Order: sequence, then C-alpha cells, then structure tokens
Amino acid sequence: MSNRMKNIVVPLVAVLLGVLVGTIIMIATGYNAGSAFIALWNGAFGEIYYTGEVVRQVTPYILAGLAVAFAFRTGLFNIGVEGQLIVGWLAAVWVGVAFELPKFIHLPLAVLAAAAAGALWAFIPGLLKAKFKVHEVIVTIMMNYVALHVTNYIIRTVLSEKSDRTEMIADSASLRSPFLEGLTDYSRLHWGILIALACVFLMWFLLEKTSKGYELRSVGFNQHASEYAGMSVSRNIILSMVISGAFAGLAGAMEALGTFGYAAIKGGFTGVGFDGIAVALLGGNGPIGIIFAALLFGSLKVGALNMPLEAGVPNELVDIIIALIVFFVAASYMIRIFIDRISKKGVK
Amino acid sequence: MDYVIEMLNIRKEFPGIVANDNITLQLKPGEIHALLGENGAGKSTLMNVLFGLYQPEKGDIKVKGKPVRITDPNIANDLGIGMVHQHFMLVDRFTVTENIILGKETTKGGKIDIKKAEKEVREISERYGLAVDPQAKISDISVGMQQRVEILKTLYRGAEILIFDEPTAVLTPQEIKELIQIMKTLIQEGKSIILITHKLKEIMEVCDRVTVIRKGVGIGTVNVSETNPNELASLMVGREVTFKTDKTESKPQEQVLEIQDLNVKDSRGLGVVNNLNLNVRAGEILGIAGVDGNGQSELIEAITGLRKSESGSIKLNGKEIINMPPRKVTEKGVGHIPQDRHKHGLVLDFPIGENMVLQTYYKAPFSKKGVLNFKEIYSKATKLIKEFDVRTPSEYTLARALSGGNQQKAIIGREIDRNPDLLIAAQPTRGLDVGAIEYIHKRLIEQRDQGKAVLLISFELDEIMNVSDRIAVIYEGEIVAVVDPKQTTEQELGLLMAGSKRKEAGGENHV
Repeated sequence: MSNRMKNIVVPLVAVLLGVLVGTIIMIATGYNAGSAFIALWNGAFGEIYYTGEVVRQVTPYILAGLAVAFAFRTGLFNIGVEGQLIVGWLAAVWVGVAFELPKFIHLPLAVLAAAAAGALWAFIPGLLKAKFKVHEVIVTIMMNYVALHVTNYIIRTVLSEKSDRTEMIADSASLRSPFLEGLTDYSRLHWGILIALACVFLMWFLLEKTSKGYELRSVGFNQHASEYAGMSVSRNIILSMVISGAFAGLAGAMEALGTFGYAAIKGGFTGVGFDGIAVALLGGNGPIGIIFAALLFGSLKVGALNMPLEAGVPNELVDIIIALIVFFVAASYMIRIFIDRISKKGVK
Repeated sequence: MDYVIEMLNIRKEFPGIVANDNITLQLKPGEIHALLGENGAGKSTLMNVLFGLYQPEKGDIKVKGKPVRITDPNIANDLGIGMVHQHFMLVDRFTVTENIILGKETTKGGKIDIKKAEKEVREISERYGLAVDPQAKISDISVGMQQRVEILKTLYRGAEILIFDEPTAVLTPQEIKELIQIMKTLIQEGKSIILITHKLKEIMEVCDRVTVIRKGVGIGTVNVSETNPNELASLMVGREVTFKTDKTESKPQEQVLEIQDLNVKDSRGLGVVNNLNLNVRAGEILGIAGVDGNGQSELIEAITGLRKSESGSIKLNGKEIINMPPRKVTEKGVGHIPQDRHKHGLVLDFPIGENMVLQTYYKAPFSKKGVLNFKEIYSKATKLIKEFDVRTPSEYTLARALSGGNQQKAIIGREIDRNPDLLIAAQPTRGLDVGAIEYIHKRLIEQRDQGKAVLLISFELDEIMNVSDRIAVIYEGEIVAVVDPKQTTEQELGLLMAGSKRKEAGGENHV
C-alpha cells in the first residue's frame, strides 16, 4: 500500500475503532448503541438546522486544527492554541464593542485584532524557545491559564461593570448572517466558515508554495542543515509560533464575532483549542485532512447534544468516543503495522 | 570443505529494485572473509538477510551445513551470529557492562547481578585483548572503545561468527591498527569473521578471502593472496580504477582565504583553535591534515559562520568575513561540503530536488516575490542529478532514501554549482567507495583547475597526500607545519600530526 493511501486509511481505521470501542462501552453500560448512533446522526444531519450548527462548530475546529498543524510542521508542539483562542476571542469582542465604524472597516479590524492577539500570545513561547531553549509545551500550557484568568479579569473589570459578560458587539463587527441563518432554519451558522476555508488555503500555500514555507519546513525537519544553509532557526521558530497563534486567534474570533457576539467569564477552557490538537492529528497535519477531521469532530460534538434527548444516552459518551479516536490515531503505529501485515499477506 | 555459514544464490527484492541477485557467500571456520562492494551494491542487504532482518525471495542459508531459516535476529543470535553495527547501538548513560547485558541480564532474586556480569565482561575482554573497562560509562569512552563494547556484546551472547559492518569508517588510524589486531585475536580464538568494507587496504592486510558484489549481483570469491588492490577495485566497480589521482601542477594565484590569529572556543568554552594562521590561494588545494579533534571542525564552523570566533581575522578575497552569519558567508562565495552530510548537508525528509536549492531557494529564478517556482527548482535538480551522476529513482525521492555516495554527490553538485570562490570540503569521501572517491577527487581538482581555492579537511592521510597541493598540519588548534606533499612522507606527516615537531616548526607559525 502506498504511503498516501496509508495516510488516508489509518485515520479511517482509527475512527472505526473508536466507534467500535464506544459501542462496546455503551453495550456494557446498558445503553442501546444502535439508537444512540441514530440519534447522533440525526442530531448532526437529521435536520438542516443541525447541519448549520455542525458547520458553525466546524469553523473554529478548522482554525484550531490549522494552528496546531502549522506549528507541528515546523517542528513545534503548540499546546497553547486554547489560550491563544481565548485572547483572540477577547480582542475581537473588545474591538467589536469599543468602536463604531462602517462594517467594511470594523469587521476586518475585529478579525485582525483577534489574529494579532493570538499571535502575540504565541510569540512569547516562541521567543523563549528561540532565545533560551525553553520548551514550548511547558510555556504554552502555562500561558493557557494566564489567558483564561487574565481575560476573565478584563471582562469583569474593564469590559463590564463587575458583570460576568460583556455587552454584545456592534452589528458592524459581526459575522452573523441572516442569509445563512435563514438557509439553515435559524441555526447560528455565520460567514466565518469562509474565513476558515480561506485559511486552509493560506496554510497550504504558505507552507508548500512560498520560500518562507520552504524555510519553515526545513527548520522543522532539520535545524542543523537549515542553519548551515543560512536560515535563521530562531527567527523561523518565532515566526511559526506567531502564525500558529494567529490561526488560533482567528478561531477565537469565530466564537466572538460569529457564534456568541460577546465574551463571558469562563469557569474553564472552551476545549476547542485542545480539540484542535486532535483535529490536526487525525487530519495528518495536512490542510485537506484537517477539513475532514474538523467536520467529523464538529458533527460528533453537535450530534451528541441529541443523544440524551432521543436515545437517553449521556452525551459524555461522545467525548469518550472522541478520546478513543484520538487514542487510536496516536497509536496509529499499531494500525500501520497491522495494515502492512494484511497487505503483505494479500500480495503473497 | 566445511563452511560455518553458507549463503547460496540469495535473491532479495524491494519494490522496484533487486537488491541482491544470485549472491553466494561461503564462510570457512577461522577465516576473515571480506564482503566487498560499492555503496548501494547490496552488502548491507545481504548481511541483513543473514541476520534475519530481511527474508530472501530465493536462496538457501546453511549454518554448519544445516539448512536454517532465519526469520528474526534472535534466531541469528541463537545460531551464534553476531553483528557489530556501523552505527553503534549503545545507551550513552549506561556503563559498559549495563550495555552488554542489556536484554540478557542475569538476575539474583529479582535484582541484576551486576558484579557477576562485570566479572564475565572483564574475562571476555581480557581473553580477546579488548582492554575495556566494564565500569566506564559509554559517554566517557572513545569511539574506538565503544566499538569494542559492541564486539564484547556479540561475544557475551556467544557469537561464533562476527559480522563487522564497515568497522573502520569511524576510527582513527591508530584505532584501525588496534582493531585489526583484535580481529586477528578473535580468529586465533576460533571465531570466524565477515568484514563488510570497501577499503581495499584493509582487505589486503587482514582478510583471507573476499567475495565481491556489484550492483546487487555476486561477482565471485577470490583468495586475497592471489589478488591485488587494482584487481579488486576493478572487480568491484566493473572498470579500471586509478588510485593515483591524475593532476597537473597547481598554478596558484591570488589569495582567496586569509586567516590571521584566529581563536575559536568549542561548545564547552575551551579554546580549540589557537592563534591559527592559514591562507589558501586561487587555483590550489590546501589539505589540512590532523587527527580528529584538533580543531578542524571548529575552524570550518568559524569560517562558514556557524560558530562565533573569539578574535582574529578571516578574509575572503581581501574582505573581512569573520563572525558573519552563514548566509552572508555563502553569498560572499563560500561553498561548504559539510563533514556530516546527514546532520548539516541535507534535509533528509525533503525530496532530493528541494535539497538542491537549500541555499538558493529564496533567489530568482527559484523564488519570485516569495513564491517558489518548482518548475525551475526541479529543472535545476534534474540538471545537477544528471551532471553529477546522482543515482536516484527520481528528483522527487526523499534524500533519506539515497545511498551515502549519492547523497554526497548531490551535496557536491549543489555546492560546486553555486560557483564559489572558496570550496571547503570536510571529509568529502568519508564512508564512500573507491568509485565515488575517485569521482569526488576529480571534481575537487577540476575546481582547482578552474581557478577556485579548495580547502580540504580529511583524517585520511592517503587522501590528503593524493589530492592536496600543499599540506597544512593542524595540532591542538594550531597549524604546526606546512609541507609540500611531494617532499614529505606519511611518516613525517604522522609525526607532525602527533605534535612531535611542533617546536621546530617555528614559533611564528606563519603560513
């Protein structure tokens, strides 16, 4: 089997195994797995409203996945997508409530503010890694907590009068679309999906087609050879983190300007940033793979909400299935060996 | 006649290539049997078949006359076959003994009986004259010693037949001598050895018989006493090979590289290049002879901008380039064939085509307004691959998949094609076979003849003597002498490299 085929088959097998083990767990705990999956499907695609919600959920997933994948392709593990997303969210809302501007200025400004905030948040671990060799995983994890609590503080004291949420953003900064909402039976589907898809193209183009992308990939594969060839390893590490953080910030903007229109005090993480790791992993860190992986996780998340209603199955089970899928993707080495064995036997 | 190992008519295929075709190798007890072939000829494949890592498509393997099927390395171990790998498989932080018993620990009540193991290791070490300290940490001992640990590992596991995979590639001349002595002791103690190599000198010195393979095909087995290096070389390459590199007198012109009072520290902060003076002129090859670790690597890194210099001056074409970033140095006209092609020379996970523009990707025509032009990149790659005879299935093949010689040819092609005024070649033929070595030497001389300055660093005296127009001897970070290769001998160079003539070479050390 060619490598390319394997890259497609392995995630598929991982998903199937995840579903399979999920089924076993449901049966073992006395739930009806069949009706649970039907409820899951109906909850994602049974009505146009649900499908609209799926696409809405897929939007930040794509961007979070791109953020993780971009850093990964340059040899960095950005666990801080969650934190970068939160600061991006806040920045977008801030711009959204603070200004009165025409839409064609206000909306791009809010979106760019989110990207810039995410980029800045990722710049710090990038700088520390490049200059002092501090491992980015540790710094980004810590930065997640800083992001969570600092944004909460700002929401409470700066953007509101001791309230636990901000005002709604101005219409001129909103991504909401009555047209898309009407099309999908008044779901919260918004224009952000177009931004997400544009970013997919952007990542692919940047990495595969530009000389900067060549440098980033080279540094990701072999820092010594890159340095020998005259590339600045530290500058590329920082740049990679900044771009990754910008994607994460945009994911925050999707929530801020599209789905919610405000920012609220959070008791914990949104989870979108962490799910982005799973999306990137399942999507093989490639642009097209990320779209499909985001679609899968988005429909699982949205469809899960229907499981308690229609089948009486707790929607936490979907979290378990997602966790299992991630597990099997991470353990893809096992699957690869298995596929190799089968295809070898087939040849003989 | 009895054989301990017989590999009969072995055929091993990989998708798209036949790596071994009809190869027969018969090892007599108590002999050192060389397996000779160019890089990529299929030596390693054949040995991996014997060691159980690959299954042959055709052919039989017999051990002591009995047909066997070796399906994994454990079976090979049980049959008394041990392999001393070219790249050592040792845990740096473990002691010698811990490494040797790894996977075969003798335990006493659940605890490893390290005392007993150490005693056994010491006994084996003494018996074969290995002089290894069982309690030393791997990270503290030299490469040569580490190799002996690998040998001990196979002996500890009861190996009767030892396979040495290019054992001398990483050793200094002195260590090579010692290794040869060890191999002779092993034979006296009743072991049999297969020596994978492409160094003809070693074969002539220690081996009894030699089996030659060329491009995956068994050419035959000859007695070393009935052959000579020239015959072996032509058997291996399939044509006549000249050992003496043909070259005319050099016609040195203006100074291209001028180094004055250079001081460089290594990563631990120790001064490893000390007040070094050196110059290279256009149209000459200056060879730097020296034992590994006398500041050669740091000197190159300082010239190419990869390492900070403490003080001094490095001038290229009269202009100061000291402590310039690598890109600037490259753009000023320095080509660099790095010592470690995997670490520095190539991005192994890039296609070979993309590796061909590693320093030039950002310039026209490969890049316009920041966007890569893959058509131009690959047409350049195709041209270089053809011109420098890089054997690869395609330009899109990952560099990782190429053999060492072809990787090296690709790097050399890339560096020469940039048309640098100064070409630095650090160990350019390390681990390569005679065919590739001959080719690379020709290319270096060609550069010289075109009026380029070539700085050659090598630990192989033969190479230095053959290729250089002048030889500078480096010892403890200083150039202790500059000699004419036609008026010196290996003995004199050897002494200079060992630092013996340092004082007489004069206090000035100016070159």
